[in-house]
Amino acid sequence: MALDLEIQKQLGSFRLEVQFRAENERLALLGASGCGKSVTLRCIAGILKPDAGKIILDGQTLFDSAARINLPPQKRQIGYLFQQYALFPNMTVRQNIAAAVRDKTARDAVVAEKLRQFQLESVAGQRPAQLSGGQQQRTALARILAASPRAILLDEPFSALDSYLKYQLELELADTLAQFPGTVLWVSHDRDEIFRNCSRVCVIDQGRSQPVCTLEELFRRPGTEAAARLSGCKNYADAIPQGASILLPDWNLTLSCGRPVPQAVSRMGVRAHHVRFAPPQAENAFPCAVARVVEDVFSTIVLLRPDGSRPDAPLLRMELSKQDWQAAPNQQHFTVSIAPQDILLLC
Amino acid sequence: MDWYPLYNSLRIAAISTVAVFFLGILAAYYIARLPRLIKGVLDVVLTLPLVLPPTVVGWLLLILLGPKRPLGLWVLETFGIKLVMTWWSAIFATVVVAFPLMYRTARGAFESFDRTLAEAGQTLGLSNTYIFWHIRMPYCRQGILAGTVLAFARALGEYGATSMIAGYTPGRTATISTTVYQLWRTNDDAGALCWVLINIAISAAFLLTVNLLEARQRQSRKEAA
Repeated sequence: MALDLEIQKQLGSFRLEVQFRAENERLALLGASGCGKSVTLRCIAGILKPDAGKIILDGQTLFDSAARINLPPQKRQIGYLFQQYALFPNMTVRQNIAAAVRDKTARDAVVAEKLRQFQLESVAGQRPAQLSGGQQQRTALARILAASPRAILLDEPFSALDSYLKYQLELELADTLAQFPGTVLWVSHDRDEIFRNCSRVCVIDQGRSQPVCTLEELFRRPGTEAAARLSGCKNYADAIPQGASILLPDWNLTLSCGRPVPQAVSRMGVRAHHVRFAPPQAENAFPCAVARVVEDVFSTIVLLRPDGSRPDAPLLRMELSKQDWQAAPNQQHFTVSIAPQDILLLC
Repeated sequence: MDWYPLYNSLRIAAISTVAVFFLGILAAYYIARLPRLIKGVLDVVLTLPLVLPPTVVGWLLLILLGPKRPLGLWVLETFGIKLVMTWWSAIFATVVVAFPLMYRTARGAFESFDRTLAEAGQTLGLSNTYIFWHIRMPYCRQGILAGTVLAFARALGEYGATSMIAGYTPGRTATISTTVYQLWRTNDDAGALCWVLINIAISAAFLLTVNLLEARQRQSRKEAA
């Protein structure tokens, strides 16, 4: 039981080429806005027709350009949670859910069960415009599940909500999805949301999907700069492989990586909290001048210029707790290091 | 007083409003999905009757439906029916001139429709027919209602094309508008005034009803919210 996908679609000058396999799991589609995540979901749901490729769900071909198969969305049985939920404004909560029940003989029973399960009984007679954001989302989920879907697509499920509502709803959504036996695709640009809720991730960068990996792999070995950026890495520089080290011309540094560096590597990344104070003789230590200090809510961000940098080199971003920054003996010029295992090698 | 023109005008306007309601909505729905070039051409053709003088529309209809023209001749020979100079001939004229009003307002309403609602309906397994009548039409009902009212009012007031294709025969093809012209031409000012007042009363009552309906709708929505 899985969703197998390999599609291409040209939309104006934008080209989508996506390929992945999702088991009965929560697979995240992670990408910057406009990368093609929503287009991918629309192709899977059958709202948009890909130019070429195949979509297979649980062994059933939903789309196959070579065999000229293209099931209409009605026959795909795929639940789609839209960003703004797309509740029918002229219908009450009860009618919205009832409309989706495929087996008309079981309609009343299913509606009653979904209203209870999603705590919507008290608002069953109200229209979507009268509901809070959370109630709207619960109605949309109840409606999707009432249609007994084989897979569920979530398009940025929390983008329409205030952040203070988000966390509670995220827990509720996780509970609901935990009982769902099929594949769930969770589209987001928020790495934290993905990390809390998904098992594996497929990064989509400018219309191209990258190999599916676990969340842990995404954070430890993102592989590409796009994936590293989505995982929250802040520092990047051009890198030249040299055996088990990399040469960084921008900062005039050579850093040991503790492992052979593939020749394909052209960039390096390092997370801001992996740049740490170090004694001058430590491995990968180098002296830096402080260019700027930014106070964040719970941390301090220090922008550093490594000694010997090119004038146009990017600044190195270091992030540390406010206490650690206050305890620093020198706030103008000091030595930092990057541990070999913290260096992200990027292609 | 002979009430035939009132009866005739109302039935012509009612029948053509029903026809225009479906024709205009279907045209608006399907034309919106066509490629841009074809859409542009069809849009101009279908909107033309709105800006053309009614006499031009009447002349074109006579060219098409007249008993000596190919289509009119064919219908006459095949079915033994004359398409012009009967009471229902006026329906051709009123449909053509009222159609653009319905088509354009319906199209405007459909363009404002949130298409994710239709897409959500499709993914939930709802048929396209169900989505059209239960989601799209209720969503667009203000525009559809406005278009219907305008179409009815225009059909009721049609004069030029009607007089050319149906003529004026008292008790057969006479409508309010052609009767007013006939009475004025024969210096019967009192008779003309009577029909003028009747026409104004009908139109005003109709528009007032629509305003009341809209106000009630707003009111019920406010109460619901």
